Amino acid sequence: MKPVPMLEIINLHACVGDKPILKGLSLSVGAGEVHAIMGPNGAGKSTLSYVLAGREGYAVTAGSATFEGADLLAMEPHERAAAGLFLGFQYPVEIPGVSNLLFLRTALNAQKRLRGEAEISGADFMKLVRVESAVLGLDMEMLKRGVNVGFSGGEKKRNEAFQLGMLQPKFALLDETDSGLDIDALRIVSEGINRFRRPDRGVLLITHYQRLLDHVRPDFVHILAGGRIVESGGPELAMRVETEGYEGIAA
Amino acid sequence: MTALPSRRDEAWRYSDLAAVAALWPPPPARQIVVRAGEQREELLRVHAGGIHDLRVDLGAGAALTLVLLVESPGYARVFVEADLADAASLDLGAVLLAGGDATSEIVTDIRHQGPGASSRQRVRLVVDERATGSCLGRIAVARGAQKTDAALSARALVLKRTATANLKPELEIFADDVQCAHGCTVGELDKSALFYLQSRGIGRVEAEALLTRAFVADGFTRLKAGPARDALEAATAQWLEARL
Repeated sequence: MKPVPMLEIINLHACVGDKPILKGLSLSVGAGEVHAIMGPNGAGKSTLSYVLAGREGYAVTAGSATFEGADLLAMEPHERAAAGLFLGFQYPVEIPGVSNLLFLRTALNAQKRLRGEAEISGADFMKLVRVESAVLGLDMEMLKRGVNVGFSGGEKKRNEAFQLGMLQPKFALLDETDSGLDIDALRIVSEGINRFRRPDRGVLLITHYQRLLDHVRPDFVHILAGGRIVESGGPELAMRVETEGYEGIAA
Repeated sequence: MTALPSRRDEAWRYSDLAAVAALWPPPPARQIVVRAGEQREELLRVHAGGIHDLRVDLGAGAALTLVLLVESPGYARVFVEADLADAASLDLGAVLLAGGDATSEIVTDIRHQGPGASSRQRVRLVVDERATGSCLGRIAVARGAQKTDAALSARALVLKRTATANLKPELEIFADDVQCAHGCTVGELDKSALFYLQSRGIGRVEAEALLTRAFVADGFTRLKAGPARDALEAATAQWLEARL
């Protein structure tokens, strides 16, 4: 008997405005698994991540998505986060006037309240901040600044990985986490993702390039083209993309 | 000023004139005089409406930090009229929060009378529901007030599209070696920032409150950390929570 997958997407159709982007996407990610979705520009990769996280303006027209058996699409974005879904943004947003620390503490406690857990104390919060920020090389002065304000592209991605470590979700959905990273930053962020891996957690990596997959080794690789998964396989599929390009595979 | 103002009076064109008539004549202006070389901090918090006139006189080299918070139902108006002598400096931070059917307005007339004075005005308006918020900010530089350094920044945040914001900066300059800057913006909460906060587990309304607090924070920045500033920030937070 196969256990219930953490994330199960069946025949998902979604539009942005009037334009259909996802056209029957099905995918199932089990606990302990790392899946990678690769695909050319415009295939619907970011749309998939936004639909799963619940962004406004992305309308699901058919199909379903469940998270640990619950209807993900019926939840508000913050409820999805509290249920354990984390979206790592391709372009993390700058929020002047709201410090990284205030933001994270507010988020962490909001999630805990929604789950009926006790809020974290100030001392425990700072202890967690020190441990997680040290791993990612983010210093305390940066964390006192506005969310992502004045951060370089690489620092923004490290901040995403830092939030992943702080919020301890069950499932990480990472949208082009590798874009805009130099080699060193890629290694640091990849270590963050690898630390997150556990038998009870799932990861879905969305990426253009095979490069990230040298550092975070996926169990399964899927090719997304034209709004649906056109091919699935093991890590070797990513290598084929590198040599043959998407056109060779989609053909 | 004794005659009841009408719509034709520029400084009253966005006012709730029925409310003004009921309040007329307004109480005498509060006098704020800072003598030459002295420094002062003044606060005004308006939470029960009314017309509030402030008459500010800054002597040579005097410095005043003036902080205003208007969070009132009905009609509230603050008028700041200031004369700055040589090398005086004025820092005005104003936050106006208007919800329901409230009309809140701030009108300023900052007059640089002597050379080398500086003024900063940061006005932050938040309007919700059917409220109207207005800022008419004027900087006047007298003949001979060279090396004046004046700036007016007025920003409005419209939480609901049924609300109204009016911003009107005005410069009148009779000297030729001055720096006068003004900037006005009207906008809504940044949707991508809202989604970012929500995606981390913060509910919609709490996310809006967090972003709105960040928006008005500029108004209070010059106030020294302490009970007065805490009180203004707490009042702002309370106003935002009441929207829930």
